[in-house]
Amino acid sequence: MKTLFFAWRYLWERPLGAALNVLLLGLGLASITFLLLVGAQLSKAFDRDLAGIDAVVGAKGSPMQLILSGVLHIDVPPGNVPLSAVRALEKNPLVDSIIPISLGDNFRSYRIVGTSQAYLAHYQATVAQGRTWDQPMDVVVGATAARKLGVALGNTFAGSHGLGAGGHAHGDSVYTVVGILAPSGSVLDRLILTDTASVWKVHEDYTAVDDEDRKVLEEEREITMALVKYKSPLAAMSFPRYVNTSTEMQAAAPALEITRLLNMLGLGTDVLRAFAGVLLLTAGLSVFIALWSAVRERRADLALLRMLGAPPAKVAALLLCEALWLGVLASVVGLLLGQAFAAALAWLLQLDNSLLIGGMVWPVQLWVVPCLALGVALVSALLPTVAAYRVSVLELLQTR
Amino acid sequence: MIQTRNLRYAYLGGAELAFPDVDVAQGSVLLLSGPSGCGKSTWLALVAGLVAPLYGELTVAGQPLAALKKIAGDAWRARAIVFLPQKLHLSAALTVQQNLAMAQWAAGVPEDADRIHAALLALGVAELAARKPSQLSGGQAQRVALARAVLLQPQVILADEPTASLDDEAAADAVALLLATARSYNATLVIATHDARVAQCIPPAVDGQMGFQPLQLMRNKLSKE
Repeated sequence: MKTLFFAWRYLWERPLGAALNVLLLGLGLASITFLLLVGAQLSKAFDRDLAGIDAVVGAKGSPMQLILSGVLHIDVPPGNVPLSAVRALEKNPLVDSIIPISLGDNFRSYRIVGTSQAYLAHYQATVAQGRTWDQPMDVVVGATAARKLGVALGNTFAGSHGLGAGGHAHGDSVYTVVGILAPSGSVLDRLILTDTASVWKVHEDYTAVDDEDRKVLEEEREITMALVKYKSPLAAMSFPRYVNTSTEMQAAAPALEITRLLNMLGLGTDVLRAFAGVLLLTAGLSVFIALWSAVRERRADLALLRMLGAPPAKVAALLLCEALWLGVLASVVGLLLGQAFAAALAWLLQLDNSLLIGGMVWPVQLWVVPCLALGVALVSALLPTVAAYRVSVLELLQTR
Repeated sequence: MIQTRNLRYAYLGGAELAFPDVDVAQGSVLLLSGPSGCGKSTWLALVAGLVAPLYGELTVAGQPLAALKKIAGDAWRARAIVFLPQKLHLSAALTVQQNLAMAQWAAGVPEDADRIHAALLALGVAELAARKPSQLSGGQAQRVALARAVLLQPQVILADEPTASLDDEAAADAVALLLATARSYNATLVIATHDARVAQCIPPAVDGQMGFQPLQLMRNKLSKE
C-alpha cells in the first residue's frame, strides 16, 4: 500500500509529463473502447433483432435497405408490395409463417408499424400496462417510445405521414393507446405497433373521395414487407430465388445483408484500429522515456532508499507501481472518453434509441481496455525497472 | 563499534589499498581525513558492507561483515548503519513527514508517526513536518536529513563530507549537530572529510568525553591511482 502511495507522489512530481502520458495512453485506449463499444452494440442489436427472421420480402430495390427499414427500422423502405402477392407467398410450402409490416406514418418520429400479433410474439414482448390491440386504430407503444413520448394508457394521438417528424398530420384518424410494452431490449422498444388494418384505414380515409373509390383502394391493399420464417433451413437455397425471379418482389436474407454491411464497415474499423495501435505504441514509448529519465534523475534517491534498507525488489516495485498508476489513470481516462465518443456518435447519428445505446455500458469485451493499459504501461516500465533494480548504494559514494 | 584488521581492498583496475587497523568504541567519534582520492569512500563502503574487502577482518556493531548474505545485509544495514551522503537526497515529491515515513518503508518497519515526530522534534524541525524540501533552508534540510538518518536508531553513523560547500559558521553548526545527535543516540560517528576545519570544530571537551580519534589516510598508500 505504501509503495503505491510513494509511487503516486513520485508520479506527480512532474505533473505536466504525467498528465501528458495519461492523456496519450488514454486517447489510444479511448479509440479501442469506442471500437469495442460500437462493435458490441451493433452485433448485439443485430443478433437480437434479426433472430428468427429467415428472409424479408418487399419491393424490389436494395436488399440491405429492405433489412434496415423492415427489421432494424433505421431506413426508409424501398416501396410497397400488394397484399395479395404476400398472401400467395403464405401458402408457399417452404414458408412456415409470415409477419406483415406496414410502414408509412410516425408519431413525433417514432414509427407507427402496422403488423399482426405475431410480431409481438416473435420478440417475446410482454405488455406492461393495458392490453394488445383488438381493433384498428388501437396502438401498443414500445417501452422506450412510451417513455420518450410521455404517453399513457387512453391517450390519443394522430400520426403524421412519413417516417420522420414533420409530415402531414392525419388529423381525422386518431389512434388510441391501449397498451404499453415492457422493455424487451429489441427493436420493439422504440416502435408504436398497431394492426395492419389501421394503416390501410388511415390512408384510405385520407385518399378516398367516395365509397366507390374506397372499394377500389381496398382491393389494391398493400403492405410494406413481410418477415418470413422458413419451414426448413433448406428453403434458404430456393425461396429467395423463387421470389426474385417469379414475382414482382424481392427476398433478402438478413444474415447475408448484415454480413455485407459489417464488411463495409470493416475498412473504417481497420483504419481506426491501426490508428489506436499507433497511439498506444507512441504512448508506450512516451511512458518508457518518462520512466527512464525518472530513474536517471532519481538514481541517488533510489540509492538512498537502498541504503536505508530497501531491497532491490522494493526499489524496482516503486517504479513498477508508478507505471501501474499511469495504466490505471489512462484506463479511466480512456474508458470515459471512449464511452463519451460512443454516446456522441449515437447522438449525432440519432441512433441512440436503436442500434447504439451510447455510453455507460460495459460489454464483457471492454475488459480488454484496462488489461491493455496495464500491459503497455508495464512493458514500457520493464527496462527502467531493471535499471532501478540495479541501483547500488555505492552510487551515493560516487556522487562527488 | 567498528573494528578492522589488516583490511585491504582491490580496485577493478588491480590497484590495492591497505587500511590501518582501527578500533572505535560504541558511542565514540572517528575522524576519517585525507585528500580526495585517498580511499575515504572505499573505507566507508567497506564498513557499510557495500563492497567486500580483498582480505582482512571487519566487525561493525558486533557483526562480522564477512558472514552477511546480500539480502540479510540490506536489512542489517538498515538497522545498524546509516550513511549521510554529501547531498541530502530528500525526495522533492514528498513532505518532510513523508520523507521520514519513506525511510521506515524502505527499512521495512511499520510506519510510526510518533517516532517520526520525536526525531523531528529532537532536531528542532517538528514544525516543518508538512513542508516540501523545496520550502526548507539549507540548514533546515540538513536537520531533516539527519532526523531521517537517526529515525531507525542506527549504531553507526557514517557522514561523508558533511561540511562541504558550507561557510565556517555553518560548518561548525553542522559538526556540532552531528556530534550532539550521535551522542544522544549513543551512536558511533564516522566523519569522512578532507576539510581541515572539521577537526577544529570538534571541541576539546567533547573530544575527551567521546574518545575522538583521527584516522589519517594518505594518498600514497594507493599502489596505483
